[in-house]
Amino acid sequence: MSVFDNKSSESPSSCGLAGMSHNTLPLLNEVSHALKRLVRTGESTIIDLRAIPFGPGDEARLINLLGKGEVQATLDTLGKTTVTETRFAGVWLVDHYNSEDERIAFQIEIIDIPELLRAQTEDMYESLDLLGEVVEVEKQKLNGGSPAIQ
Amino acid sequence: MAEKNTLGESLRRHGVSRRGFLKFCTATASLMALPPTMVPAIAEALEKAKRPSVIWLSFQECTGCTESLTRSHSPSVESLIFDHISLDYHHTLQAAAGEAAEAAREAAMHENKGKYILVVDGSIPLGDPGYSTIAGISNLEMLKETAKDAAAIVAVGTCAAFGGLPQANPNPTGAVSVSDIIKDKPIINVSGCPPIPTVITGVLAHFLTFGSIPDLDQYNRPKVFYGQSIHDRCYRRPFYDKGKFAETFDDEGAKAGWCLYKLGCKGPMTYNACATAKWNQGTSWPVESGHGCLGCSEPRFWDAGGFYNALSVPISDNSQTVAFAAAAGLALGAAAAGLNYKNKDEATKAHGTVTIDDLEKSS
Amino acid sequence: MNEPMDFLIWTRSTAFDVAVTIFVIGVILRLFEIISLGRKQNLAEAKGTEFGPGMRTIFSRSVPDLGTFRRQPLTVVTGYMFHIGLFISLIMFVPHIELFRATFGFGWPGLPTPIVDAAAVLALIGLLAGLWHRIMNPVMQKITTFEDWLVWTLTFLPILTGYLAYHRMVDPYPLILGLHVLSVEALMIAFPFTKLMHTFTVFLSRWYNGAMNGRRGVES
Ligand code: SF4
Ligand code: SF4
Repeated sequence: MSVFDNKSSESPSSCGLAGMSHNTLPLLNEVSHALKRLVRTGESTIIDLRAIPFGPGDEARLINLLGKGEVQATLDTLGKTTVTETRFAGVWLVDHYNSEDERIAFQIEIIDIPELLRAQTEDMYESLDLLGEVVEVEKQKLNGGSPAIQ
Repeated sequence: MAEKNTLGESLRRHGVSRRGFLKFCTATASLMALPPTMVPAIAEALEKAKRPSVIWLSFQECTGCTESLTRSHSPSVESLIFDHISLDYHHTLQAAAGEAAEAAREAAMHENKGKYILVVDGSIPLGDPGYSTIAGISNLEMLKETAKDAAAIVAVGTCAAFGGLPQANPNPTGAVSVSDIIKDKPIINVSGCPPIPTVITGVLAHFLTFGSIPDLDQYNRPKVFYGQSIHDRCYRRPFYDKGKFAETFDDEGAKAGWCLYKLGCKGPMTYNACATAKWNQGTSWPVESGHGCLGCSEPRFWDAGGFYNALSVPISDNSQTVAFAAAAGLALGAAAAGLNYKNKDEATKAHGTVTIDDLEKSS
Repeated sequence: MNEPMDFLIWTRSTAFDVAVTIFVIGVILRLFEIISLGRKQNLAEAKGTEFGPGMRTIFSRSVPDLGTFRRQPLTVVTGYMFHIGLFISLIMFVPHIELFRATFGFGWPGLPTPIVDAAAVLALIGLLAGLWHRIMNPVMQKITTFEDWLVWTLTFLPILTGYLAYHRMVDPYPLILGLHVLSVEALMIAFPFTKLMHTFTVFLSRWYNGAMNGRRGVES
């Protein structure tokens, strides 16, 4: 027991893997290629991080390396989803949770803006109807009529 | 029972937005281990997906597979799927029992003839039908009867897929797998002891989404989950390649996270998704927690050598064989030497002296 | 569905027991027989020592003789490629070492897999070149016997199947691993009864040659 004594506070399996494990470095390369593609051709890329065989601590190291950029958004649909721009513009971390707060998907998106942040056409049509109804109700209120719907 | 409306419709009825639906599709793609580029196709398919009926039969098993399934870790995705799947018969999970349960099974079979999915866990005893029965019906009979009108069969767990633990030497019940009995239906083997929960639901989700069975490997296992060996996806692999091994479970190599090959890891011959899908809600997996792979998703893993012996080590104990063989070799060698000495001796005795004259005479 | 695994289990148990028994009995029998034969007492006066030159010859004969090299460069080069490649991939690959440890009770450290992999390729190329030489060279043709073809095949197959198994080039994996084990077992069974025995006897005979030269005062 020599080298390992001073590291005993760390978890046993992580102290041997101080650097990136073999799965993380290629991933970073892939991100950088994808960003190049986005800049040159406008083609976006999504990487499913749950398909990467991470070793202990790899994920934390990756997130740490990518850092935090200017944009952070939270969506509330079928549980929480956080969208975070990393310190590299155009590289986003999209983290999906279910209503029980368990992760159901985790992705890196290399795109100008993640699709999920855009208002969706179907939702906009629905909103159009809804807005029309609201306007109708307000109109009736102004006209002194009693509101028909809540 | 199978519903007429599609998944898309029922989600919308539940007030799920398009964003929510996209998120659902993303999670489903991830669950099925399909690339994110498949999300639009999944969305389109799920819009139209009809609610299938599922009949789940449990034979010679330990309920570990059902335990695994009910602990799959993304309830909202899965509950959406399972709300949508009609699990018409599962004798561990359903409230009804005995004849009422059998009636439900028969009703589901008739109503969805040719369209339901049959899920089986556990092996089937051929030794004596009395070894395992449900409501007095033998496993063999029930499997044949229920399989007849199924669209596809999913054999969940190594027992149903390959025979598993009940089949371990000397196989007292004469246990066999589903594919040993049913030859005329598509069978998807979801092996593992137990299989990874998300793999079970991923396979069911695939069927629900696309209405077809996924790409299968030589053992009829879905390639997306069983296409690569544990060894090839293992984060400890660089240590294997560099020749750095843990020699015991608590030496410095073990603490440094080196390869577990010498401690009996069967990762090199095992095909499963543990290294990526992981266990316990994605927390860790056996090799990550410091124990070698047992090879649980492979046929005969129980009889394929000691769990703590390196994979290359012979299955039978050879040290004695070698010692006996060496002794026998020595004895035979001594006998041969004795014979040789005798020959030599005789040759010497038979030796006559030849003179120059003799040689000249004969030439 | 279970057949490939049944096959692998059989090669790792019953078949291995049979092979290792024949191999150990055969090798010890033949070595004991050769050694116990002894030599006739040499009545001539010794002009030098035996032990030193004997030991030296074991190593010095591993360096190719220049004349031989000029005449048959291919034989020498492919011979070295094959023997070094085989040596490394056979006894420096960790799974093999673990097998030795379990069977004979002792082991040693192994080499990184990329080196072993390269060594296997070297051995395969060496063997193929040797085969080509054997087929094309008229003298070689004349002196080649059935045993030579047999021994070549028995040596080639384990390396080939081992390479295929390591790189997972055959599906399902237990099938190719089983074939690898079986091919080695075939080699082990034939070993004591063919020229493969030179693996052990080469050092004996080299020592003997060196020792005799030494005794006669000839440079070894
Ligand atoms: S721990 Fe097991 S699976 Fe991982 S590299 Fe070592 S032998 Fe392969
Ligand atoms: S690591 Fe191996 S034994 Fe453990 S669950 Fe995965 S496949 Fe089965």
